[in-house]
Parts: sequence; C-alpha cells; structure tokens
Amino acid sequence: MISPLRDTARKGLDPQQGYLRDLTLLGLCLVMGLGTSSCNRETKVDIATREKILLLGNGGEPKALDPHLVSSVGDANILRAIFEGLVAYDPGADTKNEPGVAERWEANDDFSEWRFFLRNDARWSNGDPVTAHDFVYSYNRILHPDFAAPYSSMLYFLKNAEPFNKGEIEDFSQVGVKAVNDFELVCTLESPTPFFPDVVKHTTWLPVHRPTIEKFGTMTATFTDWQKPGNHVSNGAFRLTDWRINAHIKVRKNPHYWDAPNVKLNGLNFYPIDNTFTEEKAFRGNLLHYTYIIPNNLIPRYEAKNDPNLRTETYAGTYFYRCNTTQAPTDNVDFRRALAYSINQETIVKYVTQGGQEPAYGFTPPSEAGYHPPDVIHYDPDKAIEFLKKAGYESGADVPEFTIILNTSDAHKDIAVAIQDGWKKVLGIEKVKIENQEWKVYQQTVIDMKYDVARAGWIGDYVDPTTFLGIWRGGDSNNNTGWENADYDRLLRESALLSETNERYAKLAEAESILLDEVPVLPIYWYTRVYLLHEDVKNWNPLLLDNHPYKHIDLHRDGEETE
Amino acid sequence: MMDTIRYILSRFGQSVFALLCIVTITFFLARLAPGGPFLDDKAVPEHLIEQMNRNYGFDKPLVVQYGLYLGRLVTGDLGPSLGNKGFTVNEVIAEGFPVSFILGICGLVIALIIGVPVGVFAAAKRNTAVDYTLMTIAMLGICLPTFVIAPLLGEIFALKLGWFDVAMWEDSSAWFLGALTLGLYYSAYIARLTRGSMLDVLSQDFIRTAHAKGVAPLKVLFKHAFRGGITPVVAYLGPALAGLIGGSFVVETVFGLPGLGQHFIKAATNRDYWLINGTVTVFAVLILVMNFLVDIVQAWLDPRTRGK
Repeated sequence: MISPLRDTARKGLDPQQGYLRDLTLLGLCLVMGLGTSSCNRETKVDIATREKILLLGNGGEPKALDPHLVSSVGDANILRAIFEGLVAYDPGADTKNEPGVAERWEANDDFSEWRFFLRNDARWSNGDPVTAHDFVYSYNRILHPDFAAPYSSMLYFLKNAEPFNKGEIEDFSQVGVKAVNDFELVCTLESPTPFFPDVVKHTTWLPVHRPTIEKFGTMTATFTDWQKPGNHVSNGAFRLTDWRINAHIKVRKNPHYWDAPNVKLNGLNFYPIDNTFTEEKAFRGNLLHYTYIIPNNLIPRYEAKNDPNLRTETYAGTYFYRCNTTQAPTDNVDFRRALAYSINQETIVKYVTQGGQEPAYGFTPPSEAGYHPPDVIHYDPDKAIEFLKKAGYESGADVPEFTIILNTSDAHKDIAVAIQDGWKKVLGIEKVKIENQEWKVYQQTVIDMKYDVARAGWIGDYVDPTTFLGIWRGGDSNNNTGWENADYDRLLRESALLSETNERYAKLAEAESILLDEVPVLPIYWYTRVYLLHEDVKNWNPLLLDNHPYKHIDLHRDGEETE
Repeated sequence: MMDTIRYILSRFGQSVFALLCIVTITFFLARLAPGGPFLDDKAVPEHLIEQMNRNYGFDKPLVVQYGLYLGRLVTGDLGPSLGNKGFTVNEVIAEGFPVSFILGICGLVIALIIGVPVGVFAAAKRNTAVDYTLMTIAMLGICLPTFVIAPLLGEIFALKLGWFDVAMWEDSSAWFLGALTLGLYYSAYIARLTRGSMLDVLSQDFIRTAHAKGVAPLKVLFKHAFRGGITPVVAYLGPALAGLIGGSFVVETVFGLPGLGQHFIKAATNRDYWLINGTVTVFAVLILVMNFLVDIVQAWLDPRTRGK
C-alpha cells in the first residue's frame, strides 16, 4: 500500500535533490572564497598591536574595581593599570622600587617611621591633584570596621591599625598615618619594617578619590555606583573607560597622569575568560596578547614545538598540604614527618604538574631579595619509615583511615593521587581517601578544621619571607592547622625588631626551621607562572610576584617600522 | 468564551503558584549550602565577616530576610550582587540576558532551518538508506553533548579555517559558533519530531486521496501534509526557546560569551545569594511564560485540552 506513495515521493523530490546539489556547490564556493580571503585579513592582535592596545586574558571577572574591596590576583592586575600607589612596581625586578605618587621616601633609624614625599604633579583622572590627605582618607576607609574590607589586615603594619579595624579604638587619628602637609605623608608602624616600601605597593594601599566616593555614597558604603565607567576616578597611567560584566574591561591612557608622555600603550583590554582552554584558544585565534594561565596538559604540546610564546617563570608561591594538628593521626609530629618525607616532590613536578615547578625543600620560596629557606624536606623513604615507627606504627597498615581534601580540579587531584600512591608505596598506608569539595565548601571545611589533610597554596603579597611565615603564627586567620609554637612566634616577633636585613633573615630562617621540623604543613612545590605571551609585547620581564607595571610595556612588531 | 477565560485564569494562577514555590525553594536551598559569599582565597577575619553580614542584612533571622526579599521581589528589585560588587542583580541580568536571548533565537532559527527540511525529507524517503542515514546523524546530534560539539566547531571553523573568532563577544563572530552549536543540537530533535509527525500525516486518508486525484507529489508533501506535520514542532518552539536561552551555559563558557548561563553557574559557586535567586527567577519566569503561552495557543487550536 505504501510503496507507490514512496516511489512518487522519491521521484517528486528529485528536482529538489538537484537544487540541493546546486546549493551545496554554491555553499562550497562561498566557503572557499571566505577561506582564501581570511588568509590576508588583519587579525585582532595585528590591529591591537598597531593601535597599541594590549589584549590580556585575566582569569575571571573581577569582584570589584575598588582597591579596598578586592583580594584576588586577577583583580589586582586590573587595578595596577588604573591606580598608582606611593611606590610603584619596577618593570625589571620585584625587589626594586620605582617612585610612584611619592617621589622619594625615607625611614628613621629603626625603620619604624616612614616619610613619603609626594610629587606635586600627580593627578587624578579628572585632573584633581593627588595629595597626602587622599592617602589618609583611603587608609581610614579600608580600615574602618563598618566598611569591613576583606583584606584590611594588610594595613596592620600601621600603628593601631588592628585595634581600629576591630572597633576597639574609634579615633582614627590614633592610627599611625598622618598628612604633614599636602605632599608629605608619615607612616608610624607597629614595629620596624625595613621592607615597608614593598608593602605599600600592594593594592590595599592604593588611594581612592574622596569626592568621587562621597558623591555616590558614604565613606563606608560598600555598594555604590562609583566604580562604574564614567563615574570611576583613579590616579594611574590608565583610566577605566568601559566595563561589561564577563565580557571585557577597557582602560585607556589617562591624559592627566603625571608621567603620561612616557606611557607607551594607548590602552589595555582585559578579558575575564575563566575557562583556561577557551583562553588558550583565544590566544591561538589571535584574540589575545597574553593568557592568564595555560592548562597543564597543554604545556608539553607547546614545549614540544619549542613555542616562543610559552613563558615559564618562577613565581612567589608555595603549593602545600595543611595537616590538622588537633586530631589523630596528623596530631603526631613524627607521623607528619613520615608523610612529609614520603612525598616524591621531584616526580610530581616532573610528571604531574609539568610546568617547571621547583620541589619545595622549605616553605618560603627562595627569593631574589636574598632569603633562603632552610634546606630540609626531601624525599627520603628510609627516614620516612623511621618516623612512622617512631610515631608508633609498626607498619602503614596500622594507620587509621584519613582523607586528603581538595577543591575540585583535575590538577589538584592528579597531585593527590601521586602523593597517595607515594604514601602507599613507601609507608604502606592503604587507607588514604581523596575527597573533592566545591571551592566554598572546601574553604569552610578548612576554616572549621574539619579535615585531616587539606591541599593549599599561598602566593606572596610582597617580596619578604614574612608574607609566607606570618600565617603560621598561633591564631593567624590563615593558619587553620591548629599548630602553635611559642618559639616560632617569639622568633617572628624578634625578627620584626631587627632592622639589619641579614640578621632578620637569619632569625626568620631559624623560625622556618621550627616549622619544617614540626611540619604542620607538607611543602610540595614552589610555583611557576606558565602562560602565553605574544612576541609583540615588549619590556615584559619575568617577575617573582608577577606584578607587571603596564606603563613600561610597549607593543610593536619586530621587522615593522614604528614611529 | 467563559470557559476560555476561566481556563486562562486558572493556568495563570498555577504559574504564579509554581513561581512562588521555585523562588522560596531557591532562597532556602542557597542558604543551606556550606560556605558563604564573604569567604575569600585568603582568610577574612571573623569580625569582618560579621560586619559584612550586617552590611548586607544576613545577620537577621532567615524568615525575616525571606520576607524582605519577597517584598523587594514584588517591586522588581532583585538586590545587590555579592560577587560583582557595585552591580545590582538587575544590572547583571540586563547585561547577560540579551546575549543569551540572541544566542537562543539564532540557535532556534538554525535548528528550524536544518531540522524541518531534514525531517520532511526523511519522512518523504521513509525507510530508505537516506532516511536511516539522516536519522542516525540526528541521533548522534542528540547524543553528542554540546561540550564536545562546541570546542570541535571552534577548532575547525575558527582556528583551522579562520572564518570566525574563537571566543569573546564584542566585535567578535564567536557568537555564531555558539548559536550553531545550540542550533545543531536542537535541529536533531526538531528533525526527529518533524519526521514523526509528517509520517503520521502522510499515512492519512486525505493524502492518499490527493495522490489518487493526481496532485503533484511535491504539492502533496508541502501543501497538504506539511501544515499538519509542522504543528507539533510549533508547539515545541516555546519550551525549546526557554531551554535554549537557559541552557547555553556550556556554549557561553566554551566561546567566552557574557550570557546569563555563566552567571547562573558562577552565582552558585560564589554563593552570590541574590544573583542565584535572580537568575533562577528569570529562568523560571521564562519557562513558565513559554509554557503558559503554548498552553493558551493549544487550547485555542484544540478546544478538547480546555476541559483537562
């Protein structure tokens, strides 16, 4: 019954088939035309290089463009373009300092009082002069308890900043910051801090423009419109011109910037692409000059073809595991030592992370500032077994079950599997579980100390070992291991009173050797930054803290004439 | 007439009730998740977290917060975004929705352009190699997840051939690949749906009569059969559009597009309570409105459904 219909239908469609064939051919022609034309087309990167607009991948969407509300590295990268602190970052080395808003600075004999002499030609992006009062106002704002800035503790270097931030004293004039006049700022510190100029480079120490803040709300209001393009006023080499959530942030040259003639770029576009594979593709597709990061498993591919765009640089960061020292089995110091010495760090960096990381023999990464951590932690199976016995376990099989927690990520998981395997092979511990937790859940678990062993990372805020060692003081809000050592805390306190750098470093190394002896944290590796950078980008140097001062960066193509 | 009005009113009441349930469940579920919006990469001292909670009213009892939230919701105020400081949830959605909307509409158009002809063609050639091939491809299209198709399209059409940009929104053609990914996925559904309903129609008596009268086969197919065969597809358009707009998270991530789908996921991971509630509410309204409209249209087309 059906077959005749099918026949006619088939016949009926014959002309259409011919039509379809034509259409396909037409499409193919079009496609080939497009394909050939695209070869000669100027790419986004070509255009941007010509126009001197730097195109940067920036990880995720920034939480804010208010220097007092942010704490992440990606946010700081944008703020560095549009704001300038008292002291600026040097394009060649993190240990060096460049004059920023302050032309020069000096300290008293024991480095507990610093005087900053501000240039009188520093301007906000609306033309207003930048004065010492702006800095006092800004520090009042970030430290104000009602404002509740997440990273206000960075300013605890100032005398009485902590009690003011906690609401224990209400009078800001008691906090150690004063404007002597429009162009002289005095900072009185809690204790001698020879590296204070390094500290004030951090985003938390950037100034905000008082009239703008107060035009859109009160000083302590966290939710106002001042950060929006058009409203935003800043004092850096660039100013905010466009912000579209999840799409882009554009900054362009600030004509009022005091050093504007020496700023080489016309602007920067930040693209908050948080998928690392998408970002890498955007680079390959000539949409970016720079990627924030590159996925670990793509690194070997770039290395294999010796890609000049691949950058691998030392970075001031440590990857480690926290141990919960308040509960069995990790409360036993010998057990923790057994764990520490049975992690094969070399294998992990060579075969798992593959990004040129360094095995961490200490906690603080060795820095160009001259600090070297004690050389303690190395993979040593015999030593590990010895410690396991000392901890009271005949064999690893007697160790009760415990869990490593991670925030969900394949990279973290691969490392954990390698470590789990090492503990099994060297110590014979069979019952190590690995548990993935979503980021916020993981953070809460660590704060509540409901873990046995937890994966962690720490990035330095400034070039000084205290940014790494300070967190292991008893009661520090980043400690979260339950570990407390009176000698360690005392050594850190004593080091703060020393103004001679080498003596201070010796004291800190002494403290660190206590940390590495009791291993409340198991160091694994020191970070590298692995990312892609286009060859058009000039004067972009490897930096330990990765804080590139954009005003020195230039864009041009080799072999092409520039003005 | 009274029947119709009563039916519309009752369907409207059901939609509003469903929305209230969704809003309520979302509000409380979001709060049950461990962690909070103010936890940061580096530890934030307890006293500051408490102050932030006070600043945003999270120190009040949950029921009070819920009441305040409903009060604001009625006026259309979705509250401040906690993860995008300085932006309200309304602003975040106003920026993200058009992107998702364009992706969704273009995806739907592509799905129809591909799906309907393929379905008609397969139906006309039913049980032949052509039919089987097309339907196998369609089945593959349904089974292949977008997170496989999207990077593949990007790799081929953007990076290999250079016809499109591989990511980003402004001055970028990447959105087309996004729409194409969505379109291909839905075209497979539409092709199967079209084929099925066309076969239903083609086997009916009036088609046979038409053939018997000697009407040209193409005319039978398009003039007589097509109208009836396409009706289920039209009914499917509403839910499909809602699904396309709300379900573009993967596509937005792969092509770096600033749509609402990304906010939907990021809000949850950031514990951005108001943005979670806001995006869920918008998607819920979208789906409810689409279903409501489809029901009304169907009731208008077919009075039998009114009684149900």
